[in-house]
Amino acid sequence: MSPGAPGAESAPLLELDGVTKSFGAVAALRGVHLALHPGEAHALVGENGAGKSTLVKTLAGAHAPDSGRMTLDGRPLQLRGPADARAAGIAVIYQEPTLFPDLTVAENIFMGRQPLRGLRRIDTRAMNRDAERLFERLGVRIDPARPARGLSIADQQLVEIAKALSFDARVLIMDEPTAALSGVEVERLFAVARSLCERGAAVLFISHRFDEVFDLCQRITVLRDGAWVSSDRTADLTVDEVVRRMVGREVSSLYPKQDAPLRDTLLEVRGLSRAGVFSDVSFSVRGGEIVALAGLVGAGRSEVARAVFGVDRYDTGEVRVAGRVLPPGNPGKAIAAGMALVPEDRRQQGLVMELSVERNATLARRRALSRLGLLLGGAERAEARRWTRRLQVKTARLAAPVATLSGGNQQKVVLAKWLATEPRILIIDEPTRGIDVGTKAEVHRLLSELAGEGLAILMISSELPEVLGMADRVLVMHEGRVVRELPRGEADETSVMYAATGQGATA
Amino acid sequence: MSLTDTGASVQAADNPPPGPGRARRGLTERLLAVRELSLLIALAALILVTTLRNDRFLSGQSIKDLLLGCAILVILAVGQTLVIVTRNVDLSVGSILGLVAFATGELFLAAPGTPWPLALLLGVALGAVCGVVNGGLIAVAKVPALVITLGTLYAFRGVDYYWAAGRQINAADMPRSFLRLGNQTVLGVPVLFLVALIVVAAVGFYLRSYRSGRELYAIGSEPAAARLSGIPVGRRVFAVFVANGALAGLAGVLYAARFGTLDAAAGTGLELQVVAAAVVGGVAIFGGSGSAYGAALGAVLLTTIGSSLAVLRIDPFWQQAVVGALILAAIGLDRLLALRMAARLRGRSAHGA
Ligand SMILES: Nc1ncnc2c1ncn2[C@@H]1O[C@H](COP(=O)(O)OP(=O)(O)OP(=O)(O)O)[C@@H](O)[C@H]1O
Ligand SMILES: [Mg+2]
Repeated sequence: MSPGAPGAESAPLLELDGVTKSFGAVAALRGVHLALHPGEAHALVGENGAGKSTLVKTLAGAHAPDSGRMTLDGRPLQLRGPADARAAGIAVIYQEPTLFPDLTVAENIFMGRQPLRGLRRIDTRAMNRDAERLFERLGVRIDPARPARGLSIADQQLVEIAKALSFDARVLIMDEPTAALSGVEVERLFAVARSLCERGAAVLFISHRFDEVFDLCQRITVLRDGAWVSSDRTADLTVDEVVRRMVGREVSSLYPKQDAPLRDTLLEVRGLSRAGVFSDVSFSVRGGEIVALAGLVGAGRSEVARAVFGVDRYDTGEVRVAGRVLPPGNPGKAIAAGMALVPEDRRQQGLVMELSVERNATLARRRALSRLGLLLGGAERAEARRWTRRLQVKTARLAAPVATLSGGNQQKVVLAKWLATEPRILIIDEPTRGIDVGTKAEVHRLLSELAGEGLAILMISSELPEVLGMADRVLVMHEGRVVRELPRGEADETSVMYAATGQGATA
Repeated sequence: MSLTDTGASVQAADNPPPGPGRARRGLTERLLAVRELSLLIALAALILVTTLRNDRFLSGQSIKDLLLGCAILVILAVGQTLVIVTRNVDLSVGSILGLVAFATGELFLAAPGTPWPLALLLGVALGAVCGVVNGGLIAVAKVPALVITLGTLYAFRGVDYYWAAGRQINAADMPRSFLRLGNQTVLGVPVLFLVALIVVAAVGFYLRSYRSGRELYAIGSEPAAARLSGIPVGRRVFAVFVANGALAGLAGVLYAARFGTLDAAAGTGLELQVVAAAVVGGVAIFGGSGSAYGAALGAVLLTTIGSSLAVLRIDPFWQQAVVGALILAAIGLDRLLALRMAARLRGRSAHGA
């Protein structure tokens, strides 16, 4: 296997050779090779913290590499900043959203490149029209004149994609663009990416979902601990082989829930409604049970979870924890009652970026404790340490700020933070989004174990295998209502999809 | 595999995109208009109430005084808007104004024949130099602007005191043509106020319609994202401090023309009024939103409160309290508008939050 060019034919459009990058003592990239060919989609895979996003930021001009060489069209490429990369025809979708919440969607897309009219003024009308056209290409409807604040994560991602497309770039780099998207949207994105390839562009695609990688990409490069492992044609690889190279050992990608004795009902939700969002949602979760809320993106699952926990209000209905009514709109009370919510949007809702891993991991716990007038002791710290180790959070030091962690590792810290509170009821929204294969199985094993210890778990997931593998019962939501309840034995791909798309709805 | 299929299209059918015409005017823009409208209403109510109690409040002379009185604050508030929008603040404007005002007096003392346009240019240039000092220190030291400009607030004032050495410059030392600039009216409107209007219009237009103007909002809205988008953040922030310094310099020259009597203490404490005007005018202190028009209205409102309380013979102590209450009310209003906007947007999202 020669680095970068397995079976050479067309000359690479963009090539990296021996690129290294360190952050203090952390070697994020150690001599990485990568060759992007025109007309091809190239996947970059690796565990959380393997260095994928660092490589992306190097290509985007946001990080200057410590050493190594980049060439574009065979000519050496020097990037002094993101503006240089743009000028060279490299468009990037970063893993973390880079939107300006106060500006409109259209402005976000065209910042610095707005269409102009007389006197070099911005032509807002043309800009909105162009944005609308981009959304049409992606097959979605987002009002270009609305501010970016308050966009759902999926919509944020779509705006990022529209922005990258608007460059008409020769090299399109996408760092986990599909993490928050639904099936149709992913299909559209892929269609657009393919048409870009047909026009001779090169695409670099990062994802933890192997079906997507194998569907879109012609080549796959594997990174492990910042080092280049292999670059091969997709046709010569299998998922198992890729996983083995990524992790360096065999892993089973799924870990089914183990049977646990069912205990008393811990969480009971009755007739919960909120105008225009969800209506008449009723269900209960017993200790030792995992109940999955399935449905399409936008069916109102996360909204129900947030209302149950008290982050959002609801109009009617009630929530009971172990038989006692929980006052609405009061997350503090929910935590005190033993409830924990791992939110969907972890970066914005779960972490304080500037604080250390350790502090973030004990944050929720601290609050609960300070209510009792206790100070944070060594025991809690040890606990945070235990959880971060258990979830294989990859960080140089526990004292490092969370902002310096890789995307997936940040997700793990949020998980650790809530698990450290030792809740009785765990509501978990997309438990494995952005998490690599190795840890995915670990998270599943953990959830199963927690259920075994008597926890009541409400899980929201858009990944069907996860739902089917983990849930004792599946509640399917459609347009704000629970339309179907399926026990483990009856839940399969067809029955869940059927209900989720609102066909043959029987409550 | 994703458990997701026709989600977008199903949902989209429930949420037809806003129709053409009215709804095309963005929500943000409409809310900004609401914000500015509320200021106008407050201003009108204030003038009405004061006039009912004392009808001389609406006399020609009194209006002229009011316009004269607010012109300088308006210019400073508009300059400050440029800075605050980028999530920075410039506390040194009062000192820059004082320094430039005194320098202008000194210029006329040293060269009595200087034509006033030249003095104006020199004053603006001196202000810009102060802005370069601010911007340069911020770029080099990588310390928040709040701290740097707090330092230069004292430094510029110190230079001013050192230079003045206890002296005072009087109107008699300045040419008549220059002093006239401070009091003259065109069709009853003070020239000073016209200058302020031009500044408001120019900055407002720039912030709304130019690429680099929009980039200032982007920087204040999300600095990290701005950097990743290739916006030259350092350069823009530097430029903003220079522009604000130049506007403070302009204000300094106009101050000299208006008051004639100058010592080293001119403009002391003005910076807080300036920031208050901007905040009352709806410029978010954490950057990313607000307009020059709003800030200007905020400045007019603050000045009007000052003079109406004087007309109503209310203890100056209350003036402070009223300004305080107004700032809190403005912040409350902004919060309310933000919540309403969030509620509106939640209803429209094509995918649910
Ligand atoms: N700004 C930074 N300062 C310090 N360390 C950093 C910084 N950015 C990244 N790192 C470290 O570099 C390593 C690689 O991180 P990177 O974000 O590239 O991983 P990744 O492959 O994208 O992972 P994921 O799949 O979780 O997104 C990690 O150990 C991370 O902690
Ligand atoms: Mg990453």
